[in-house]
Amino acid sequence: MAARSVARRAAGTVVHRATIVFFLAFAVFPFYWMVVTSFKQNADLYVGATNVAHNPFIFNLPPTLDHLRILFGQTLYLTWLRNTLVVGLLVVGITLLLAVPAGYSLARLTGRWGERLSIGIFLTYLVPSTLLFIPFSRLVSLLGLQNSLWSLVIIYPTFTVPFCTWLLMGFFKGLPKEIEESAMVDGCSRAGAIWRIVLPLAVPGLLTVVIFALTLVIQEFVYSLTFISSVQRMTVSVGVPVALVRGDVYYWGSLMAACLVTSVPIAIVYSFFLDRFIAGFTVGAIK
Amino acid sequence: MNTTTVSAAPVLHAGQTIRRADRRLGVFMLAPALLYITLLVALPFLLALFLSLTNSSAGSLEFSFVGLQNFKNVVASPVFRRALRNTFVFTFVSQAAVMVLGNVLARALMRPFFGKTLARFVILMPWAAPISLATLGWLWIFDSTFSVINWLLKVVGWLGPGQWYYWLGDTTLGMVAIITIHVWRMLPFSTVILLAGLTSIPNEVREASAIDGAGTLARIFQIEIPMMRPILTVAVLFGVVFTFTDMSVVYLLTRGGPYNSTHVLASLAFQDGVLGGDVGRGAAVAIFLVPVLVVLAIVMLRSSRRAEVV
Repeated sequence: MAARSVARRAAGTVVHRATIVFFLAFAVFPFYWMVVTSFKQNADLYVGATNVAHNPFIFNLPPTLDHLRILFGQTLYLTWLRNTLVVGLLVVGITLLLAVPAGYSLARLTGRWGERLSIGIFLTYLVPSTLLFIPFSRLVSLLGLQNSLWSLVIIYPTFTVPFCTWLLMGFFKGLPKEIEESAMVDGCSRAGAIWRIVLPLAVPGLLTVVIFALTLVIQEFVYSLTFISSVQRMTVSVGVPVALVRGDVYYWGSLMAACLVTSVPIAIVYSFFLDRFIAGFTVGAIK
Repeated sequence: MNTTTVSAAPVLHAGQTIRRADRRLGVFMLAPALLYITLLVALPFLLALFLSLTNSSAGSLEFSFVGLQNFKNVVASPVFRRALRNTFVFTFVSQAAVMVLGNVLARALMRPFFGKTLARFVILMPWAAPISLATLGWLWIFDSTFSVINWLLKVVGWLGPGQWYYWLGDTTLGMVAIITIHVWRMLPFSTVILLAGLTSIPNEVREASAIDGAGTLARIFQIEIPMMRPILTVAVLFGVVFTFTDMSVVYLLTRGGPYNSTHVLASLAFQDGVLGGDVGRGAAVAIFLVPVLVVLAIVMLRSSRRAEVV
């Protein structure tokens, strides 16, 4: 009996380990493939999968930095990165200006109708870019902003503001009311209490919003593809897949290097803030 | 009697003025965000509806009303019907797979093991990476000449001499590839949400079910999954929204090909409305996303209300 239960537990552990390994392999494989491709010599890279004797998973020739050198030296990758960051920072600024007051207002000052309104604001996050890019393309050409990064600065907050307002509302609700109330008893105005007491306490929440808005901007593809046509003004997520491919020729080494260099830092930063994002999605469903 | 009302009045009055000032401040603080959302989400949404009723094109700002003509043309087109079907197939199959795999993975992550923090980070990567760049990675994996999958299949003998899979040149294989990417990308998101649901189930529930003689399967299917229903709903809803409305994967992987057989609504709307310049038609295609989104929004509202009541 005891031996059987020990055997069962051992089998359970093996199954558990195997499950974890399987999912890890599935998740990481494309990234592993990016790493291998980024550092392989072309002679090692373009062999063709029909050659069974040539194992593509390992370096058959010594690794090389050529692809990275091409990416940083001969392509507009750094320009795209700069464009993305400029747009990102402006969007973060706009998002904070709009979402912080709105989040606080919904958490503290509006009562019952504010609660309904907050759900309405959250639902606008569900209106997809693939529905709005057509009307936006009209608006953008009316405003004369075709092929300008300003079009992205104006439009990107449409997806950052709703979700960030929602996140911040939850965050402000989590702060004890007594803090502002005692400040107001001591002669502070409501606005003064928000500025001097609430905002400093809300720094972790604000940081989450900054990171969230920034990652959303870096990930965005549809609007950027629709509105930006000249290669110098592209953002990373469009420049790499659209402009690094010259005609029909794919420079896979540099392409994968660009994917890797862009994705990994975002993934690292994102993972630190993940729990807060998930809390934003699951408000109400977990207690 | 008289004195009590007099003494009560100033207090009430003071309370009201603070409230009124707060309310004014509240409206003032909310107005910019609300104005922005109205101008740049609500109005464009209406503009999309409006454009779908016109023959508006990318070249000029002139247009005239054509009624439901765009919708008639769109529905009559086999490419559109194929795209509509694909959108549902991709969403349904990938979300079904994500739900099964996500439950398995979330359970596996509940147990302590060596390197759990790192494992969690790695499992999360597909969701954090920009979708266009991740799809590019998969494009290389599915490459017609250099596909590593084909190499593996050759080595294990699945593909005999002369046999070959053209992943993106074949409708069925292309659909398999697209679904694979959707599963790969959405799995971390659902897993993390499900994990939050699993950890919120108190341990006493598990202990009590063990004392009452419930086996593992009975516990999972009769106790834990029913308890996790609200959180499962959240995971499915967002998973469906993100998959149903996505165009990046199809656009970058197959461009809707071969022969427009792997298009989804979003990528077809882009092809017709932006690349093809037929704004009215593109808008009409995209409008077909709306009914599903409305249903999802209603389900979401209902479940959030239920969560508040219970």
